[in-house]
Amino acid sequence: MPMKVHVQTRLNGEEVEFLCEPRQSLLEVLRDVLGLTGSKEGCNNGNCGACSVILDGVLVNSCCVLGVETAGREVTTIEGIASPDGLHPLQQKFLEHAALQCGICTPGFIVAAKALLDKNPHPTEHQVRYWLAGNLCRCTGYDKIIRAVLDAAQTTEAKV
Amino acid sequence: MAETTTYKVIGTRPIRHDGVDKVTGRAIYGADVQMAGLLHGKVLRSPHAHARIRSIDVSRALALPGVKAVMTGADLPPAEDRIINLGEGAVNLKYLSNNILAGDKVLYKGHPVVAVAATSPHLAEEALALIHVDYEVLPPVLDVREAMQDSAPLLHENLKTKSLGQETDKVSNVATHTQFKLGDVEKGFQEADVVIEREFTTATVHQGYIEPHNATAMWNPDGQLTIWESTQGAFTVQRQLAPVLGIAVAQIRVIPAEIGGGFGGKINLYLEPIAAVLSQKTGHPVKVLMNRAEVFESTGPTPGSYIRVKMGATKDGRVTAAQAYMAYEAGGYPGSPIGAGMMCIFSPYDIPNVLIDGFDVVVNKPKTAPYRAPGATNAAFASETVVDELCEKLGLDPLQFRLRNAAKEGTRRPDGPTHPRIGYLETVQAALDSDHYRTPLEGPNVGRGVASGYWFNVGLQSSVSINVNADGSVTLVEGSTDIGGTRASIAMQAAEVLGLKAEEVRPIVADTASVGYNDVTGGSRTTFASGYAAIEAAQDVVRQMTERAARIWKVEPPDVTFADGVFHHNNEADQRLTFQEVAAQLGRTGGPVTGRATVAPRGVGGAFATHIVDLQVDPETGKVTVLRYTAVQDVGKAIHPSYVEGQMQGGAVQGIGWALNEEYFYNNTGAMANASFLDYRMPTSLDLPMIDTILVEVPNPGHPFGVRGVGEVPIVPPVAAIANAIYRATGVRLRHSPMSPGRVMTEVLAKG
Repeated sequence: MPMKVHVQTRLNGEEVEFLCEPRQSLLEVLRDVLGLTGSKEGCNNGNCGACSVILDGVLVNSCCVLGVETAGREVTTIEGIASPDGLHPLQQKFLEHAALQCGICTPGFIVAAKALLDKNPHPTEHQVRYWLAGNLCRCTGYDKIIRAVLDAAQTTEAKV
Repeated sequence: MAETTTYKVIGTRPIRHDGVDKVTGRAIYGADVQMAGLLHGKVLRSPHAHARIRSIDVSRALALPGVKAVMTGADLPPAEDRIINLGEGAVNLKYLSNNILAGDKVLYKGHPVVAVAATSPHLAEEALALIHVDYEVLPPVLDVREAMQDSAPLLHENLKTKSLGQETDKVSNVATHTQFKLGDVEKGFQEADVVIEREFTTATVHQGYIEPHNATAMWNPDGQLTIWESTQGAFTVQRQLAPVLGIAVAQIRVIPAEIGGGFGGKINLYLEPIAAVLSQKTGHPVKVLMNRAEVFESTGPTPGSYIRVKMGATKDGRVTAAQAYMAYEAGGYPGSPIGAGMMCIFSPYDIPNVLIDGFDVVVNKPKTAPYRAPGATNAAFASETVVDELCEKLGLDPLQFRLRNAAKEGTRRPDGPTHPRIGYLETVQAALDSDHYRTPLEGPNVGRGVASGYWFNVGLQSSVSINVNADGSVTLVEGSTDIGGTRASIAMQAAEVLGLKAEEVRPIVADTASVGYNDVTGGSRTTFASGYAAIEAAQDVVRQMTERAARIWKVEPPDVTFADGVFHHNNEADQRLTFQEVAAQLGRTGGPVTGRATVAPRGVGGAFATHIVDLQVDPETGKVTVLRYTAVQDVGKAIHPSYVEGQMQGGAVQGIGWALNEEYFYNNTGAMANASFLDYRMPTSLDLPMIDTILVEVPNPGHPFGVRGVGEVPIVPPVAAIANAIYRATGVRLRHSPMSPGRVMTEVLAKG
């Protein structure tokens, strides 16, 4: 078995450290080492977006990043989107718009949409569709997801 | 539709009970299950589409440190050659067992051969590379019509064709030939002024759920087996697993996790027996996960098919006869949804003379699994395209043509039953009246198409219990996996009966040891049948609570009436007790109240949809862009309209993917060449417009609130609607799906 590596990083606003094999992806580290199973594996090759996380402000597929690459960086996962005060407006709008069915893609969509609103607080429908094209949903046909994101962008208290 | 009943909860849009868990990442899906001492399983799969296994050498894998056990098909008990019904589809136990781990032959690339348990998933993968399997490679057959030839390679040396209900001695790849017959088609075609006969083919497509299959098992030394997994039916897993493992049903407890999509593909067993036996061998819990390539190559798909349809109509637009020859690929083992396809192909129409021949054919592809209205989309692609051509020849508006020929209550279906009260005509009328259809479509290379679809829906069996809490809230225990918001739609029906708010009912999806039997979440049955059980369980609660109110008032139960959440004393108008007040006194009036119901409702009520699509074809690339889409559907009664709309939108978009992009590409050795989401191209948000919905409510008389299943029929019309629209845009009829850019371009160029 390969030697494990000690990694320090900032995860959802907290300093964390973990041991991982050099070959383990960030997705594996989040799920299997740190117990954060909100990021999902749909394809493990960067094509479905179910494992989306924000790394130093950039939206990435955590299946395509190695755990060791996060050393000294800042990671935000679905578990870090809500605050003690309550749900993020995106989460609330996903609920209100019924923008999920099975829910497996939902964490990835919410993280990806947050990364969009962080950059562009008032996107057009086309910009939302373009940005979220890296996230596959097989249940909803995207209609209600797009509406939820546009509505969240309208919400004045959106934390963007 | 006329709506006379006033509901308080039904028809509203509360936030689903499991919503917060799912938007915060806290919901536990099958792959999220963690436990101490967990081992990880991986499966070695056949690299060949068709081969005989000469020998398997696992010694090097077993010697790898960290590898705890290896299993092959020989570790499963010999399976009986016997059919068991799973609700949405049936399965032969021998075939099921051999599909879990191969016997002496592999029948498709990806067929499981050996499984390994190790201390990490990476180690298990390393172990797979150390296993040597000696194969005698055989020629594969991948196309349904080629497989039906006498000269085709045989997948099963003992498979004899069952023809028109009779066993025959003919050994072939044709498992069954069935036929539906109504009237006299020859006479019907003679009466027709226009007859059109066309051939259609459809490629293999996958359900495409985002969550791969998973199973975790713990087999205790006392023989008690527990399974944690994502499945459409925990009880269906239990019922299949018992004979496959040769143990009693009661020995198995299946704990359903949240499920990341299924669409019919998470009903059959794949990983459960492997995880179970590896756990038995090691004494540890074992988790087995598929990767995406394994999902494509070893699960699902829906059949590729060949369909020939002939229809005749009079000058005034009456269909006089319809005939279909339908051959569906079953994959490596018999059991395509040919029967369902045959039941649906002409059922939207009142046609006096019909003849349908259907063939279930094995080919060297993964064993097919149900996919949302299984078999019906292939069928409607053929029949609804021919209907469109009839309309064109007769100079009739395609929706007016449907009004003239629509099936209605009392129309006999070609497979025998007569339609109960259905809302097909109403969907066609709503489509005609829609803003979409009344708005002219203008521009270069654009076209509008329409198509309709039918799905019969199923009822099957459900159980629900409702526990009354001391504060008057209730816990609803159900056994239907919630794939798309059915906790809400079931709880809302109970809330309506109990006079509670939706939020005052806490629905729980229980495991097989904690609720009565429930069939799969499939067949569009859950809101209908488990909702039916919830209504009856709630009525049982009301009956018991009425007795308690009577006891408090020292009167007989008939002296008490329950309305809008309040118990009324029939003889003393000022005496009233709220549901909550009675609930608070249960301990003093006889103990806890649990309402229960088990149901097998039969009045499912069929579902009809009519879709309208506007699209544009790029004349230089053949790429089709959907500009506008409207899905119209008879939904019976929408319990939670948002999730009904969601079913319609999601089904339509799966159909759009089927029509325009999705297909399995095979190389000449029978290997799938595009087993990833990059190359198996499902629609993304950027490929689509908003999907408009029109909910038509023709209440189903077979359900107390008029519910019809809504989940499946929206995938039936899209492929045909898009083919019809492409014709309007280009003048070319496409008769092969998907209508990908290359195919569209080839046809357009051939036309000149």
